Amino acid sequence: MEKQDMDLTVNLGGIIMKNPVAVASGTFGYGREYEDYLDINGLGAVIVKGTTLEPRHGNPPVRIFETAAGMLNAIGLENPGVEVFLNQHLPYLIDKDVTVIANIAGNTIEEYAALAARLEGCKGIAGIELNISCPNVKQGGLQFGTDPVMVRDVVKTVKANTSLPVMPKLSPNVTNIVEIALAAQEGGADALSMINTLMGMAINVQTRKPVLANVFGGLSGPAIKPVALRMIYQVHQEVDLPILGGGGIMNTLDALEFMMAGATGISIGTGNFVNPRLAYDIMVGLQEYMQENQINNLNEIVGIAVQK
Amino acid sequence: MPLQENGLVINHQQVAQDMYIMEFMAPAVARECQPGQFLHVRPGNTNDPLLRRPLSIYDADQEKGSISLLYRVVGAGTSLMTGIRENDYIDIVGPLGRGFTLPAPSKTALLVGGGVGIAPLVYLGRALIQRGCQVTAMMGAANENQLVAGDRLLEIGVPFLPVTMDGSRGYPGMVTDLLVPPVYPEEIVIYTCGPEPMMAKVAEYAQRYDIWGEVSLEEHMACGVGACLGCARRLKANDEAYVKVCKDGPVFNIMDVEF
Repeated sequence: MEKQDMDLTVNLGGIIMKNPVAVASGTFGYGREYEDYLDINGLGAVIVKGTTLEPRHGNPPVRIFETAAGMLNAIGLENPGVEVFLNQHLPYLIDKDVTVIANIAGNTIEEYAALAARLEGCKGIAGIELNISCPNVKQGGLQFGTDPVMVRDVVKTVKANTSLPVMPKLSPNVTNIVEIALAAQEGGADALSMINTLMGMAINVQTRKPVLANVFGGLSGPAIKPVALRMIYQVHQEVDLPILGGGGIMNTLDALEFMMAGATGISIGTGNFVNPRLAYDIMVGLQEYMQENQINNLNEIVGIAVQK
Repeated sequence: MPLQENGLVINHQQVAQDMYIMEFMAPAVARECQPGQFLHVRPGNTNDPLLRRPLSIYDADQEKGSISLLYRVVGAGTSLMTGIRENDYIDIVGPLGRGFTLPAPSKTALLVGGGVGIAPLVYLGRALIQRGCQVTAMMGAANENQLVAGDRLLEIGVPFLPVTMDGSRGYPGMVTDLLVPPVYPEEIVIYTCGPEPMMAKVAEYAQRYDIWGEVSLEEHMACGVGACLGCARRLKANDEAYVKVCKDGPVFNIMDVEF
């Protein structure tokens, strides 16, 4: 197979990516932070840091803690607010040749609506990832993501306020992930992003207190990969939406596992911290895999491991 | 410009209990290293420990293309690092962060280091001497064996005053006990790195006598490049916003930090 015959393009419910590899919200800043290490134009998509209507200072430290093959974080959605995002950070990415996905978070359903409306018509945004699963903020966040009725309603409201494709990011902190995914589909979601972090904690034995100032944080990294795979597999079986899959992807083989479990695209999160050019390396690795296995379109393997 | 490089380890030695100096060839990164900056070091190739470790640049030889790190074993990552041998490769990203500001050559620089905190002050001392500054180092440690950077400082041409808590070498007590009222405070600049109570005393001293100075802070980090916002710190208790030690620091003006 020649390189020119390979088609890496991905259509994630209307979000077109030149290849399946996205970088996850909150792990890649606004792209510029990683420009010294990789060619941003080589990425499938950059999902920018979660944006709220007003600026947020985030949680007090300690915010992060390394655990076995993973890490906990409780950043608390620190961000400069939607106006600063649009005026100071988005222009950098617009100048690049890369798909940009905004990530929005609100305290109330009205805030989600206002954010979607604010992004409407903004040049350079290909889609909206809905953060309904942040475990680290007091209001909103996770509480939206664990109740199917609220998931449906928030997706519906956002859809009513935007013409962009909408992709809710699902929380794994639920009993039945399929029920949540179906609710998102009912609300009109164009794609699903999964999974967000698993809620966890660590305790400092010396001080006899929780390590994180927020007490609980979100677990990410290779430690959560089996959970992410299982949930993507289950959702792919029952729901007809394209999935952007992630959770502890550290190399090309991991990425292929996610695709075989049903992910159309994959997202790199914590792995960016370990290898700042990981997303690019995986994109190259997928091309090599296609060449070696005579695959001209990766869609051929999406969900191939799923027994229907 | 920071970059990722695989450094070829040419020397790795234990210099005290739990303290090691590793030197490796990384010419592209070495060329860029400024005093006070750090490298984000991957301790191994496995997923556990997972994250990189931020380590101060102890010394760099830009002509030779080598960088040295002085590190203390504090957990799983640094413990794994001790097994790295000569001719192994070490995966580094750097140099990262905002380093020290160099003063006018006419100034006298005071370096106050505690424990492994002496590390960034050594490379700073080299730059200050090259600049023509007068430099004196005050180096505190628990005991004689933990005073590890003395030879390197002498080689660079920085006289140092050793201080040990157990009195086994030099002045017995705390390194900050040596901070006496200056005759010409405007001629002095002060740089410090070490345990926070020590830096707090240095900051108090600088404030009292109105001495310009900088501190190098330490924080657990994930990305090291300002993306994850994990290494947040309020510089002053009443600040609303958090700085990121990796990107806004690790070096800060001594007057801007409340300990």
